[in-house]
Formats: sequence, structure tokens, C-alpha cells
Amino acid sequence: MTKREIDQISGVETTGHEWDGIKELNNPMPRWWVLCFYVTIVWALGYTIAYPAWPMISSATTGLLGFSSRGELKNAMAEADAAKQGFADAIAAKSVTEIIADDKLREFATAAGAAAFKVNCIQCHGSGAEGSPGFPNLNDDDWLWGGSADAIHQTIAHGIRYAGDADTRVSEMPAFGEILEKEQIRDVAAYVHSLTGTPSDAAAATAGKQVFADNCAVCHGDDAKGNREVGAPNLADAIWLYGSSEADIARQVRTPRHGVMPAWSARLGETTVKELAVYVHSLGGGE
Amino acid sequence: MERADVERLEAEPVNSAKSRQPLYAPRKKIFPKRASGSFRRFKWLVMAVTLGIYYLTPWLRWDRGPYAPDQAVLLDMANRRFYFFPIEIWPQEFFFVAGMLVMAGIGLFLITSTVGRAWCGYTCPQTVWVDLFLVVERAIEGDRNARIKLDSAPWSFAKLWKRVTKHLIWLLIAVATGGAWIFYFADAPTLLKELFTLQAAPIAYITVAILTATTYTFGGLMREQVCTYMCPWPRIQAAMLDENSLTVTYNDWRGEPRSRHAKKAAAAGETVGDCVDCNACVAVCPMGIDIRDGQQLECITCALCIDACDSVMDKIGKERGLISYATLNDYQSNMALATDNGTHAIDPAKVRTPAGKLSDRVAHFHIRKLFRPRTLAYFGVWSLIGIGLLYALFSRDRLELSVLHDRNPQFVTLSDGSIRNGYTVKLLNMIPEPRTVVLRLEGLKGATMTVTGIDEHAPESAEVELEPDRLKTLKVFVALPRNALATEAMSFRFVIEDRGSSETAHSDAKFQIPGRR
Repeated sequence: MTKREIDQISGVETTGHEWDGIKELNNPMPRWWVLCFYVTIVWALGYTIAYPAWPMISSATTGLLGFSSRGELKNAMAEADAAKQGFADAIAAKSVTEIIADDKLREFATAAGAAAFKVNCIQCHGSGAEGSPGFPNLNDDDWLWGGSADAIHQTIAHGIRYAGDADTRVSEMPAFGEILEKEQIRDVAAYVHSLTGTPSDAAAATAGKQVFADNCAVCHGDDAKGNREVGAPNLADAIWLYGSSEADIARQVRTPRHGVMPAWSARLGETTVKELAVYVHSLGGGE
Repeated sequence: MERADVERLEAEPVNSAKSRQPLYAPRKKIFPKRASGSFRRFKWLVMAVTLGIYYLTPWLRWDRGPYAPDQAVLLDMANRRFYFFPIEIWPQEFFFVAGMLVMAGIGLFLITSTVGRAWCGYTCPQTVWVDLFLVVERAIEGDRNARIKLDSAPWSFAKLWKRVTKHLIWLLIAVATGGAWIFYFADAPTLLKELFTLQAAPIAYITVAILTATTYTFGGLMREQVCTYMCPWPRIQAAMLDENSLTVTYNDWRGEPRSRHAKKAAAAGETVGDCVDCNACVAVCPMGIDIRDGQQLECITCALCIDACDSVMDKIGKERGLISYATLNDYQSNMALATDNGTHAIDPAKVRTPAGKLSDRVAHFHIRKLFRPRTLAYFGVWSLIGIGLLYALFSRDRLELSVLHDRNPQFVTLSDGSIRNGYTVKLLNMIPEPRTVVLRLEGLKGATMTVTGIDEHAPESAEVELEPDRLKTLKVFVALPRNALATEAMSFRFVIEDRGSSETAHSDAKFQIPGRR
């Protein structure tokens, strides 16, 4: 123990602490402060009884109130689900067209579809649904299998060329590399290119017209505008899934590539698929 | 005049140097005596006006038609609207409220630099409610002496009865105070009914409970301690005073040396001032201080000591104003007069003519002193903000439009080769009436617009129905044929027009096109 020191001016004992010649007086704590301090101790003890606090060997005390943050989350999620239940029921009961006709339902389904799209679809179609070579842009007005709300719904629900679904959309373009001569393929590529652009060789394009009529028109149509029944793309527009140059077209004629899209109704449930269809339909190309 | 007319009161200032205590000492009880006089009357008036405004405002009605509440002043938190008579403020217009607060701040500077801590003394809620609580206390327990007696008396049924009654009435006032507050946030008649039928929201009861507790504790139990220990305002306001600001001042240049036996002392040839040391100023002080100790932190300048002293001066036939509103400049010049520039102790005879009247050389406050560079600057800034706010209020738009270009994708190529851009368009109808506006494109020749949710419309314009007092969000697609494209992003604007009122709003936008390489 150090010697007790009494401050001469105030007559109060000092704590012995000194800063730059200033000594701290050992005044008692204000009564209200001391009371508050004791209250906090009592509160803390009560808190550890009411809430999970004391560590045990393999777990901790659970607290009298039974609080857990996991439980809070569960409740919050259940509350959110309950709040959405009315919309979810209505969406389950109605067709996609009916949902779109209802302002409030459409708004809800679009938002829900956008969320589901960002989890399940952007890996192929892109975060803005803008697509990439081989994966269709869903914003535009060019649809392989139809752009009506019901057609989009059908595509999402059952997929395209998806082995796991009996109702999946199926079509396959023959590999014309084994059927046509090299010149014929060059000619038909020049012809198809000439429908929307300027062909490198006008004579080849003219010759290709006959090749097209003999081999391609059955699916793509006489006017090359495609056929949605069989997923045959429109060749007379500005949108190309596998590239628009003559070489791109020729390669697709020789050895066609075929995209595969999974069926989603089994994975996501019918409600989410409807919401996705409403969202995709709202992107600007919906018919 | 007989000096016996003036009773000397037993009163000791709570903060006098000889009884100065550490901060944690128990509070010294204060029993303010009832004052009467012009300042007291003014304070009654201020109390009536401020309490009247506070309690009655939520009950005023203001017809805004069927689509908006009819309460004159309403802070509608749920819908994020603030209604003030004909004015409706949206959250983005909160700068009006901020501007009003800045004006209130500068107004306080202005008031403080001219008449000192007038806010503290007259209009601060703490002062007004303490005054109200004191009215109750006096009505039940009597004036100062009766209250001191009651306080020191042993507990009896009569004492218990008085105390219980007093605290019950205080609590009732406190409940009414807390209750009035919540009426600003909801329709008052509806909420009143809900409050009594226990159907109001829990937050309403919690708010009432908290404000009841604070009103009762601050107004009834803590009183002057709130001002002295808790409030930062006195410190800030004190910094805004200068030597030309009016403050409640004890004019010791005419009061000292004080004497309880003035006539006897004067007869004995001693110098005597006007102060008869009756302690009336201490007894009436709600802060329990002695203004004769000079300017002090605790003084809220309520001027009740002026009333008390003036009535004593009337009794002994001296001029009023021994305690008065005075500026430091005037006080010092008078002090110099009384002490011959500090060369000797105060001689009150120096400020008087041989006939005993106050000398012409005594400085008095003149209205001219209100107009100083400092006060004019405060007033100028205050008025400029006020004019700015008024201009903003009368020129503000009630129809607004904002446009957000889609970021991903920025543009879409359509099958015919044309380019389409998507926009999120928000239309704000900021009046409580439904209306129809025309949305159109300006400066984008050949463009075709498609508005989601509106089936039939012209290629370059669309009629949009707006709900009253609501925001409407539209998804708008704009397509431009290939031959109409420029070589870089094209500027245009969305315009909306209310054909009824011919209000318009516009928002500039860009039309993004594929890069040409």
C-alpha cells in the first residue's frame, strides 16, 4: 500500500494517479451511477438465464426463453412464406395467360420469376437473359418454339431435347455434310446468307436456292421463315444463334449443333415455372 | 415608506458558493414562490398559447378530398407523407423540413443574441411543463411557505392525501402530454377511440408510456436539474450572447451595498443601495438561485425575479428595475458611473441626482441596439432561407418523371434488324387526385414505343392512368429501325403531360445502339 495522500485544496484523498502534474481525486462515484452499475450486473445475470449463454461440455444452456437465431430465421421465413401464400395459391390455380392478365399477379410473378431466373437460368442465358452464341437471347422477338406465354411455359416445364422428360420438345436437323456435296453446301450457305445480307458470290446464292428448296424448305419453309412446330429457326431474320457469316451457316448445315435445355417443372415446381414463364414473357419479346 | 412593509424571506440560493456541493450530493429542494407582475402575465400567455398549440393541433381538420387524410397536421409514417395544412411533403422533399430546422436554429441565434435565453425562460417545453406542474402543486399544497411546512411535517393523512392528489394530477397531465404526441402520427379521432378500446397499435401505447414517464419525471421530479445537468442548450446559448444582448441582470450599481435596515443605516451615515435584501428574487426563482450573485449557468432568464423585485421597489417607493433586462454594455457603463471607473466601492449616490432621482447619465436599453451587424446578419440568413423555401414551395412540381435505362442488356436486336432499348419509367402523381397523363417520346424520329400493361396506344405516345398520390412504375420498350440509327448513342427525352392542368415533366434518356466496328 502506498501512502495515503490528501489533496490540500479539497481535502479529498487522491488516487495516486498523476498526469502532467494533475492528480486525480478519489471522490466517490455518484450514487445514480453506482445504482445503474448494480442494475446492469443484475440484468446481465438475468440475461444469461433467459438467453443461451453458459457453455457446457458439448453445448450451452438454451435459456428459459428458448431463443435461437436459427429459430428466428425459421420463423421469419415461415412468416414470409405465409405472406406470399395468397399469391402462390392464385398462381397455382391460374394459367400463365390468366396470370399475365391480372396486374397484381403479374407484378408478383414477374418479381418472383426474376429471382428464380437469377438462380437457375443465368448460367446459360446470361444475367440479363441476353443469351450468347448457342444460347438464345430471351429479350428479342425471335422464338424457336414460340413466344406466347403458354409456349414459353411449355418449353420451361419440359425442356428441349431433354431425355428425362417424355413431353420434351424434340427436333433434329440432319447433318447435311453426309448428304450434300461440298459445293451444294457452299451454295446453300450463300443463299441463306443472301436472305438478310450480301452474299460473297451471287451465282452461288442463286444456285443455292434450288438446293434449299429441295432439302431445307420442308422444315424451314419455302420462304425460310422457319417452323415453330419443329423448332426450325427463321433464317430470314437478323438473329442468328450460331453466327451469321457464310462459314457459320455452312458449318451448321454440315454438322448441326443442337442445344439442350432441361425440364424444370420437376425441379422447381409448377408455381415457379409459371413465374419464370411470366418473367421471360415480360422481357419484351413475349407474344 | 416603512421598511417593515417588506417581509424578509428565508431563502438561500441552491448554488451559492458557501453551500456549493459535489455533483452527487442530494438535490436541495426548491419551493418557488408565486410571482406576479407583467413578466408572469406574459408567461401565462405563452403557456396558454404553446400548450394550446401542442394539444389542439392534431384535432384541426383540413379537407383534401377523398384520396387523402383530412387531418391538418399529420406525419403519416406508414405512407411516408407529411401533411401540413395545404402542403403535402413527400420523402424526397424532406429538405423543406430540414430548411425549417435550419431556420429554427438561426432564429434561435437571432433571439438569443437580442434577448438572451428567452427560449429557456419562456417557451422551452421543460419550462412550460414545470410551470404547469407548479400550478398544480400550488393549488394543492399552497404557496412556498405552506409547501416548506408540509415538506418538513411528519407523515399524516392530510399530507399523504395532498401528495397523492398532486402526483395523480401530474400523472394525468403527463398521460395527456404523451397522448397528444401520438395524435400527430395518425388520424386523431380514430386513434383516440382505438386507444380507449385497446385496439391501438402497441407502439402507440409504448410511446404514450415513455412520454408519460419523461413528462412526469422531468416536469414533476427533476425540474431545474434537467436544465442544469442534462441540457446542452444553456451552454450553446450562452456562447451566442454578447455584450449587447439583453439578459436578466441585478443592477448592483444601484442596489449595493444592500441593507436590511436601510433607513437606520442611512441615518447612521452609511452608504446604502436600493436592495433591501428581502430575498424575494431568490424565493420566486424556479431554479433556486440568487440573481444577485451575477450571471450564472443556472439562470434561465424567466424574469420572475424582475416581477418580484419590482413589486418590492413599488412598496418602498424606489424606481423599478433594480433587477432588469439589461445589456452587459449598459451594466458596465452604469457600474463605471457608480464606482468612478472602478476607483472605489459602489456608491449608489453617484447614479442619482441630488434630488434622489436616477441620473440622466444612467444608460438604459434602447431599441436601436437590436439592430447590430450580428443580429442583422442572422436575420438576413434566416430570411434568405425562408424566401428560398417559399420559392421552392410555390414552384415545386406535383408531376414528376424519372427514367432508368436497362443495364443488361443495353440493347436488343430484333428479328427485323431494328434495335430495341428497355427503360423503367417512374411517374409520380403528387396530388391526392387521380389523373391521366400522356407519355411520349421527343427527339427520336421513327421510334416505336411499347408500354407494358397498356394494350392499345399510339406508336409514339400512350395515355397512362395515375392513382392519386402514388408512384407508378412502367416498363417501356423503345424500338428504332435499322435505317434510323445514328452511329452512336442517341439522346432523346421522355415527356409526360397532364392535359387537364397542362403540367409537364420530362426526363432525358439515351438510346444505346450496337457498336460499329
